[in-house]
Amino acid sequence: MDFEKIQKDATAEWETVKKDKKAPFADLPVIKSEVAISLKNCGVIDPDNINHYIANGGYSGLVKALKVDPKDVIAEVKKSGLRGRGGAGYPVSDKWTTCLKEDSREKYIICNAAEGDPGVYIAKILFECDPHSVLEGILIGAYASGATHGFIYINNEYSQAIARIRTALQRMRDMGLLGEKVLGSGFNFEIEIRESAGAFIAGEETALLNSMEGKRATTSIRPPYPAQTGLFGNPTVINNVETLSHVSAIFQKGADWYSGIGTDHSKGTKVFVLGGDIKNPGLVEVPMGTTVREVVYNMGGGIADGKALKAVQIGGPTGGFLIESELDMPIDYEHLKESGNILGSGSILVFNENACAVDLAKNCLLYLENESCGKCVFCREGTLQFALILSDITEGSGRHEDLEVLEEFGEAIKEGAFCAFGRNAVNPVLTTIKHFKEEYIEHISNHKCPAKVCKIA
Amino acid sequence: MLRKAHGVGDNKKMNEQEREILTQFPRKRTNLIPILQKFQEMDKFISPELISEIGQYLDLSENDIYSVAGFYPQFKLEAPGQHNISICLCMSCRRKGGNEIMRSFEKELGIEAGQTTGDSKFSISRVALTGCSGSSPVVKVDQEAFINMTPDKVKELIEKYS
Repeated sequence: MDFEKIQKDATAEWETVKKDKKAPFADLPVIKSEVAISLKNCGVIDPDNINHYIANGGYSGLVKALKVDPKDVIAEVKKSGLRGRGGAGYPVSDKWTTCLKEDSREKYIICNAAEGDPGVYIAKILFECDPHSVLEGILIGAYASGATHGFIYINNEYSQAIARIRTALQRMRDMGLLGEKVLGSGFNFEIEIRESAGAFIAGEETALLNSMEGKRATTSIRPPYPAQTGLFGNPTVINNVETLSHVSAIFQKGADWYSGIGTDHSKGTKVFVLGGDIKNPGLVEVPMGTTVREVVYNMGGGIADGKALKAVQIGGPTGGFLIESELDMPIDYEHLKESGNILGSGSILVFNENACAVDLAKNCLLYLENESCGKCVFCREGTLQFALILSDITEGSGRHEDLEVLEEFGEAIKEGAFCAFGRNAVNPVLTTIKHFKEEYIEHISNHKCPAKVCKIA
Repeated sequence: MLRKAHGVGDNKKMNEQEREILTQFPRKRTNLIPILQKFQEMDKFISPELISEIGQYLDLSENDIYSVAGFYPQFKLEAPGQHNISICLCMSCRRKGGNEIMRSFEKELGIEAGQTTGDSKFSISRVALTGCSGSSPVVKVDQEAFINMTPDKVKELIEKYS
């Protein structure tokens, strides 16, 4: 297959439609990011037309990768400094190396597009607007880690995204980018779509594997890591959607270009979903190391309706709350870890002065209690009891020892829970107690809600 | 050996069409969730007879299948009512009063989330919809969405579908 000819034809086609393009999506104030990697094509190209993607540099990264040894592909990713965007921030090159070194006839690569957090839709947008950027990343990752088969594990509600992936896969097969001998090389590969059946926890990699094997989505102990023993006992690389779209960008534009974006230890950009009481809710892509304040005020336009800020929650329902004085914290793996916060699902929820801290924590715990997989006692019972205690406080039947109980058991759950879900589930409670203790006391002692949110009879 | 529970699904069989769909899937456990998804989509719930048949097909115990089907919110194990009311309880909807909306529906219909009324007219389910922020609280009746709900609109909504 002559890729140069494909590229030439694609560019010719793109040139004819380019001038008519208004790119309304990319013109939205929130979307208008200084550096766009994941979102660069979103709203610009026709996602169902593979030629548009190719004309904008698409699949040239795959061509480059297939020309060299898998080890050199991994070396390039290592040089770029790319780390997993799913939350934990594990270096991508290490995962791939582990899988490559394993001796197995079958190896798998899974693109994790299971977004459990209802407020987040990064995977949905990427697959709906630019499916090929992720698919190219899967192919490069598969070649580098020696994977023989690929899967996309995606929320079943994302019907539009699934339809786009199906079309994209078909176009790839037609062009020889998928199947036997990809682009005339010795690399054979197929990608399959698996729809998740809901459940927040199914995005955790060991829970995802259990779910794909037809079991309950409960987490398993690591090690062995999935890259050693994963799906059906075979080595499996699991990468986030956003991570994979960065992989294709790294090979299209080079590791040096990529490592120039971000901070010393956290490279590249991150997409966030801005929500809550913010002026411009939506998706935003910022370089790693941007402060929370910049994201909320510059990109998000600040608090809606001219109200004052109460708290910002980063990372979805298991994330902690930040207050005004903490907003100058740069968003990168190191600073988040140091301050006990998480990157999590990539949501940034903003709450104005009208919100009640106890009510916020209660709502998080009521949600998490329902989503706990129930495997370990700390998480299963902990989230339930926390939700009950917080409900009591908001209904005026809180007791004075409740605060102590929450703090003491909160620390215990942080230590004892089996997976990151349980360990982080107490974050909303512990951080609100830290910042808004007097509000809790007001509820318990005086049966009053200072924000007038809780209806205490 | 096939394992089979006593009494459940002994007499009822799948119809031809259902059997045809089932046999399209290779007999491997990894296909359990895709199979359940297919039947959930077709029948709107997973019946005990179906669980028994799937168990025999995949060589899994009924218990095993119940444990999986019961884990995922997507699968319903009881026949839904004529109209399914989905109440969104995501963080945004809860904050704008989703909990109260849920309570009003439960009170008005006399059932709890996940149940169906005696006359099989309505069932209520608790969901978390994507990206409600801005239109919370959201309630969906079948495929129709109602935004900015308040507890006093609940009765009106039920009457509309009665």
